[in-house]
Amino acid sequence: MADVLLEGRDLTKHYPVKKGLLQRTVGWVRAVDGISFTVERGKTLSLVGESGAGKTTTAKAVLLQEKPTSGTILFEGKDLSHFSSSQLKTEYRPRLGSVQQNPWSSMDPRMKVRDIVAEPLVVNTKQTKLQTQSRVSELMEQVGLNPESAENYPHEFSGGQRQRIAVARAMALNPSLVVLDEPVSALDVSIRAQIMNLLKDLQEQYNLSYLVIAHNLATVRYMSHTVAIMYLGQIVESGGAEELFVRPLHPYTRALISASLLTLPEDEDKGVEKIILTGEMPSPLNPPSGCRFHTRCDEAMPECSQTVPPLRDVGGGHKVACNKV
Amino acid sequence: MSKVLLQVEDLRSFFFTRKGVVKAVDGISFHVNEGETFGIVGESGCGKTVTGLSILRLLPEPAGQIVGGKIILDGTNLLELDKKEMRTYRGRVISMILQDPMTSLNPVFTIGNQIAETVRLHQGLRDEKVDEEVISALRLLDIPSPEVIMGNYPFQLSGGMRQRVVGAIAMSCHPRLLIADEPTTALDATIQAQYIALFKDVQKKTNVSIIFITHDFGVVANMCHRVAVMYAGKILETATTREIFKEPKHPYTSALMESVPHLGQKSGRLYSIKGQPPSLRDLPPGCRFFPRCPVAEDICRQEEPSEIEISEGHFVSCWRVK
Repeated sequence: MADVLLEGRDLTKHYPVKKGLLQRTVGWVRAVDGISFTVERGKTLSLVGESGAGKTTTAKAVLLQEKPTSGTILFEGKDLSHFSSSQLKTEYRPRLGSVQQNPWSSMDPRMKVRDIVAEPLVVNTKQTKLQTQSRVSELMEQVGLNPESAENYPHEFSGGQRQRIAVARAMALNPSLVVLDEPVSALDVSIRAQIMNLLKDLQEQYNLSYLVIAHNLATVRYMSHTVAIMYLGQIVESGGAEELFVRPLHPYTRALISASLLTLPEDEDKGVEKIILTGEMPSPLNPPSGCRFHTRCDEAMPECSQTVPPLRDVGGGHKVACNKV
Repeated sequence: MSKVLLQVEDLRSFFFTRKGVVKAVDGISFHVNEGETFGIVGESGCGKTVTGLSILRLLPEPAGQIVGGKIILDGTNLLELDKKEMRTYRGRVISMILQDPMTSLNPVFTIGNQIAETVRLHQGLRDEKVDEEVISALRLLDIPSPEVIMGNYPFQLSGGMRQRVVGAIAMSCHPRLLIADEPTTALDATIQAQYIALFKDVQKKTNVSIIFITHDFGVVANMCHRVAVMYAGKILETATTREIFKEPKHPYTSALMESVPHLGQKSGRLYSIKGQPPSLRDLPPGCRFFPRCPVAEDICRQEEPSEIEISEGHFVSCWRVK
C-alpha cells in the first residue's frame, strides 16, 4: 500500500454569485466540482489544466486559504475539518510549505531576505536569534545562495534567485508537503532548469511531497510522479506521469499534449498534424450538461451531452472520465 | 527567391541612464522576406522587444535612442524619416501586437471603436466604410459574429478573443510588416495553438511578413520560417527553423534547447546553463556568452567573434565554429 500523505476526497468549492440590492445569490461558480486525489510521501502530484480549470482553488483548499464547500482533506489519514484551530496551527500548518508563481509579488520588498526566510521560524518556533540565524544560513546554502547575501533586500536579486529564496522560506520548517503553484512559469527558460533541478534535489534529500500546479506539460512530465488533468473543475484523467504521456486516453489530454509538442518543419512535411481544439472553455457558472468537454470534443457522441462519464480505472492507477473509453 | 521587405543593418539602440549606458541592442543585422515569419528568440533582457520598438521608432525617448545602423523597408531607410513621415508608416505599413491584450486594449471603449480609430486615422475612411473595414478585420481574425463583438467591451471577451481583437487592430490597415511581441505568452496552451494556426492562415491570405518575438522555442518551431537567437543585445545565430533545430551551431542555442524539457523527455536531470545573463551596463569583453559557455576557450574571453556564414543563410558568431 502506498504511503499516502495527503488525500482529497470529493472536494468541491462553489463560489456564490450575488446580484442586486439585496445581494441575493443568483448562481454558483463551480470552481472545483468533486475531485479526489492523493499525494504520496516523497512523491509529486501535478494538477494540470488551463486557466479556470480549478487547479489553484484546489491548492488554496489544501493551504487552508479557502474552505471547501464540501468534501474532505485528509492529512496522514486525519480529517482536517476535525482539527481545532490550535491543532491546525501546531500540527498541520508547520508541515506545509508554499511557493508562489511570481517571485516579485510573493515577498515584502521592505524586508531583508534574512527576515523573509526566518519569518516561518519566528512565528512557529521558539528558537533563539542565534539558532534562527544559523538555520537561515543553512537554508540559503541548501538553495544555492550565498548565506552572506541574506543581508540584502529582494530587489537586489534576479528572478531565479528570488525563486530560490521563496524555496528556502518554504523549507524553513522542514515541511512534509510543499505546494508549488506554477513554480517556474515566471522565470526565463535557462533559469527554469536550475530551479526544477533544485526542487528535485530537495525532494530526494528530504523525502518531500510536492503538490504542483502547472499548465506546461513538459515541465510537469519532468517533475511529477503522478499527474491529474483538470477541466472545468473536474479531473478528466489521472495516472502515472509516464503512462499518461505515452498513452493519453482522454481527448482533452491528447489535445493538450499535442498543443505543447514541438512540431518541426520536417514533421509537417510528414503530415503530422496538431490537434487544435475549437472554441474555449465554457463558463464554470453554467457548465455544459453531460461530459463537460463535449462542446469542444471532436469525438463527441450524442450521449456525451447527457451522460456524465465517471472517472474509471482502466488499470494500473490510470483513471479516465470519458464515455468512449 | 522571395523579395526582401525589411533589412536591418548594424542596428544599435542604447538607453542613457543615470547609472550608465545600457546597450540593449548592440549591432544586429537581419532581413525579413515578403510573406515570411522571422522569429527572434531570447531570454528577458536580451533586446528582442527593443529591436521591435526600434523598427517602429517607438523607443521611450529621451533615454532610449537609436544610435546607429539602418532600418531599410522596401528601399526607404526609416531612420532618415522625420516624425511626420514616420507616422504614415506606423499602423499602415508596420503594425505591432503586444503581449498582454488586457493592457493593450482600452477598457472604456468598445471593440468596434478601437478598431475604427486605427482605420479612420491611417486610412482616412469615414462612416459606413469604416464599419465595413472593421468587420472585415474581425472576420480576418476569425472572430465569430463580428457585428455583435463590435459593440462589446474588452472585459466581456475571453483572453483568446481579446488577443484576436488586438490582431484585428494590427491587421485592420493591411500592413506589410507585423511585429508580434510575445503574442501567445499570456494564452493557455490550447488557445495558443489556435492562435498560431490562425496567424498562419492570416499570413496565407494577406502575405504579410511577421517578426515574431518570443522566448519559446516551441512557438518558433510551429510558426517561423527563419529564426535569430539573441543574447545580451547581439544575434548569436541566424538560420532557417529547420536547420537550427537539426544543427544548432552556437553553444548558447544548443544549451537553450537542451534546458527546455520537451515532451519526449523522460525524467532525469535537466541540462542547465550556469549563471545568469550579464548586465547590459557592464558587458564582459570578448564573447558575451563566454562566462556561461561550457566550451569557452582563451580567445573567447579576449576578442568578440565576428559573424560567419557557415552555410547558405546560416550565420553564427562563435570562435569554435569555423
